[in-house]
Amino acid sequence: MATRPRITRRFPVWTGWVVALVLFWALWSYGEGLLPWAFDYPKSMRIPAARWISAFTKWLLNEASFGLFTFAEFTRFIAAVLDVPYRFVLSLLSSGFLKGEGSQAVQILPPLSWVAVIGSGALLGRYAGGVRLAALVAGCLIFVLVFGQWQSAMVTLASILVAVPLGVAGGLLLGILAFRHPWFERAIRPVLDLMQTIPVFAYLVPILILFGFGPTAAVVATLIYAMPPMTRITELALRRVPSELTDLGRMVGCTRRQMLWRVMVPASKDPLMVGVNQVIMLSLNMVIIASMIGAGGLGFDVLAALRRLDFGAGLEAGLAIVALAVALDRLSQAFARLRPEPAPVGGIVARHPYLLSGLALILVAGLAGLALPALQRWPAAYELSTGTFWSRVVEWINVNFFDTIEAVKNAVLLNLLVPFKRFLGGLPWAGVVALLAYGGWRLGGWRLGLLVAALAGLIAATGQWEKAAITVYLCGISTVFAMLIGLPVGILSAERDAIWAPVRVIIDTLQTLPSFVYLMPAVMLFRVGDFTAMIAVVAYALVPAVRYTVLGLKSVDPRLVEAGRAMGCTQGQILWRIKLRLALPEILLGLNQTVMFALSMLVITALVGTRDLGQEVYIALTKADPGRGLVAGLAVAFIAIITDRLISASARAARARLGLEAA
Amino acid sequence: MPKTFLKCGLAASVLAMTAAAGWGQESNDPIKLTLHDWTGQLITTNLMGEVLKQAGYNVEYVQADYLAQFAGLESGDLHVAMEMWETTGRDAMDASTATGKTEVFGPTGMKAKEEWWYPTYMKEKCPGLPNWEALKDEACAEAFSTAETAPKGRYLGGPVTWGGFDDERVEALDLPFEVIHAGTDAALFAELESAYQRQAPIMLWIYAPHWAPAKYEGEWVEFPEYTAECYNDPAWGMNPDMAYDCGKPFGEIWKVGWAGVKDKWPGAYEAIKAFTIDNAEMGAMITEVDLNGQTVEQVTAGWMAANEGRWKAWIGQ
Repeated sequence: MATRPRITRRFPVWTGWVVALVLFWALWSYGEGLLPWAFDYPKSMRIPAARWISAFTKWLLNEASFGLFTFAEFTRFIAAVLDVPYRFVLSLLSSGFLKGEGSQAVQILPPLSWVAVIGSGALLGRYAGGVRLAALVAGCLIFVLVFGQWQSAMVTLASILVAVPLGVAGGLLLGILAFRHPWFERAIRPVLDLMQTIPVFAYLVPILILFGFGPTAAVVATLIYAMPPMTRITELALRRVPSELTDLGRMVGCTRRQMLWRVMVPASKDPLMVGVNQVIMLSLNMVIIASMIGAGGLGFDVLAALRRLDFGAGLEAGLAIVALAVALDRLSQAFARLRPEPAPVGGIVARHPYLLSGLALILVAGLAGLALPALQRWPAAYELSTGTFWSRVVEWINVNFFDTIEAVKNAVLLNLLVPFKRFLGGLPWAGVVALLAYGGWRLGGWRLGLLVAALAGLIAATGQWEKAAITVYLCGISTVFAMLIGLPVGILSAERDAIWAPVRVIIDTLQTLPSFVYLMPAVMLFRVGDFTAMIAVVAYALVPAVRYTVLGLKSVDPRLVEAGRAMGCTQGQILWRIKLRLALPEILLGLNQTVMFALSMLVITALVGTRDLGQEVYIALTKADPGRGLVAGLAVAFIAIITDRLISASARAARARLGLEAA
Repeated sequence: MPKTFLKCGLAASVLAMTAAAGWGQESNDPIKLTLHDWTGQLITTNLMGEVLKQAGYNVEYVQADYLAQFAGLESGDLHVAMEMWETTGRDAMDASTATGKTEVFGPTGMKAKEEWWYPTYMKEKCPGLPNWEALKDEACAEAFSTAETAPKGRYLGGPVTWGGFDDERVEALDLPFEVIHAGTDAALFAELESAYQRQAPIMLWIYAPHWAPAKYEGEWVEFPEYTAECYNDPAWGMNPDMAYDCGKPFGEIWKVGWAGVKDKWPGAYEAIKAFTIDNAEMGAMITEVDLNGQTVEQVTAGWMAANEGRWKAWIGQ
């Protein structure tokens, strides 16, 4: 023992933490009388950011100009450009091609009949993934059809078909730029965080004014919200392309462009497809909010049904959204896996069998629809409905089990949620800022410490501290629960495909089923309040926790696992010592995304009456006060950025300690 | 196909001609009416839209959020919003009309009623109701309590965005109640449905015209009647030191819209201003749709058939 080298540092790492925590505790317990300003930020020193932002938006909307045209004219132009493909797809799927406007419009050509749409979907499925995929796509669409959701579903589908390709292309390009230019990566990271975490309600009013009222504004809002994960994943995926491949590319003399598009992008196809999946899912997630600003479709049906407490109708419309999501997602995944085949020789028929049969189908179905209206539009008499079944299920649970549920809920609420909320609410802001600064400095140097302290300080300085504390409490507890459930489920799913298949369906459902559908029954059973909000947040934030864990574990190099096995590792050792460690970057990205998802649910939790920043944003929307909304929205984003930076820094520190990466 | 073409074309030209004949030169662009997410508003808007169509106007329904729509109304992207409640939309409406780009098209004739409400079965536990003074009794308040609020009663208020001054009211009238705010009205009625199914205690904010008072048996608490002084002047009422020691106001439901409607469609402007309907009619129609499963279109068609004289007068026929 005497030979062990002595620690050369004079103080171990943890002494600093102990001192910091003791100081913090001293301030918290004895400081209130001495330093009242550390607990309540003095009103006289508040930064009037809300007023500034309001003035700025006013200027942007009314006066900002590029010389030849104003900013508002510029955005209106973008809206007009976006409107062209949207109108076309909408005409094709839903309204038919019209001449004239409004109630006097005359239909020149009817929209595609349900026969044609389902048939084309099945053909696409057959082409990309064989008979099973064809059956799946057709099944999803038939579900939408027989439950009477067709008209609304086609409106929703039209906006998704416009938003998703734009989101994927935009995200890919930004990701590539970020990969190529480190300065761009540094610049865009906070922007991505802002895009994903500022609640949509906060910038809804300016967007409506800039892009006009209607579906195009909804598409823009959807793009802002759905693009960031694609960008992040693109960048991460390109970085992880094995160097053997890029070396090979260099050896065979690829140009920079060839290297990117022929080597790196194809090599990172799997993670990129996770990105595409996320864009589709997040776009469908915006369906409810999009319907509030004029997009109509299934989102509107969900809202309207729940306002009359018709749970069955809400669930049917919600599941129609899920069905669309599943069909689109599986199709896009299959297309990505498609390997180019040598073109068959022969006439035009032999070369394009699918395209031609699709066109023939559309033509025949269209003509048949004119003769037999039931083929153009599914007759209402044959529509299925669950009617009052779901309402009665909820009633039955409510009448028979309410007391038990209430007891459990009260136990969790009074023993866990309320104490934690009080604890966070009572902390002095100055102490928290100092502690965060110290943590940032220890984990990632003085720059990080400064950034974290500045952001936290700004939250206090704009008068959002109290609401921010409630936000942190709700999202923090929900994230913990989501990770506690998500990690084990993700590990199990990655190990066994038999589990992954159903889990995938469940998490896709959770991510696309509008939370409103289960929120209102939850209100009936758990009453209005934090507990109900927590259920909604956990259900939604669970998704990335599972998805990224699976992604990370599955992309572990199988040779390393083999090597581990050859060296005599047990299954448990392979999992803990090899797979989980190598998958750490993805799992941490998953944690990061779980926090982001939890924060993005704040808008929804405001709808069940929490008193956090989400509610502040919601109030600002109803008062049409862009400044107030954006200040609260930015506070949300700051919380997200602080969490993100601290998580990344501690991940880097951990990996450096483990020898995976230079410090 | 050619046949349908012909029919549609004919119908359109007939409509166009009547428009031209009835109102001189008016724009043939569609008048965009906003639809929100509650039944009463859908009915009101559909009624107005159908009446305008009868007068030969081109009408388009656009889904829009109740409050976010003001952005569209100001820019002229949207034209008419048929229900703007004094009680919930007043601030946004005032802010918008102050810009001069929107204007109020007058009251719809319906009156918004909002107040504390309880199911009839609660009268057994609290016999003094509907008089508000019964709520001051501790046993009565406790009957309305839950684990979180006990011994105080629990009052489920509307979303904070609705305002309503319930926190102030509880303080001014010294009621042993705690105010919990629901986030949306869907949450509000979900709680009512839940409690009603179990015949459990509940006290909450209910408004009319709505289907809830038709579906559930209950009544509104009778507070000291609202006057403007009560809200502005602390000295008024039983609590000399605080305002809000009275009930909630009845409010008009307004029609608002883009200021350009008057010049672009003068005839439609007159028709929209003339539109009126009352609470009883609207309540009956909402009940038909939300509880008896009729569609909004069926109900509007029914009203149009029964009240031909009235709506024809709005469009000057």
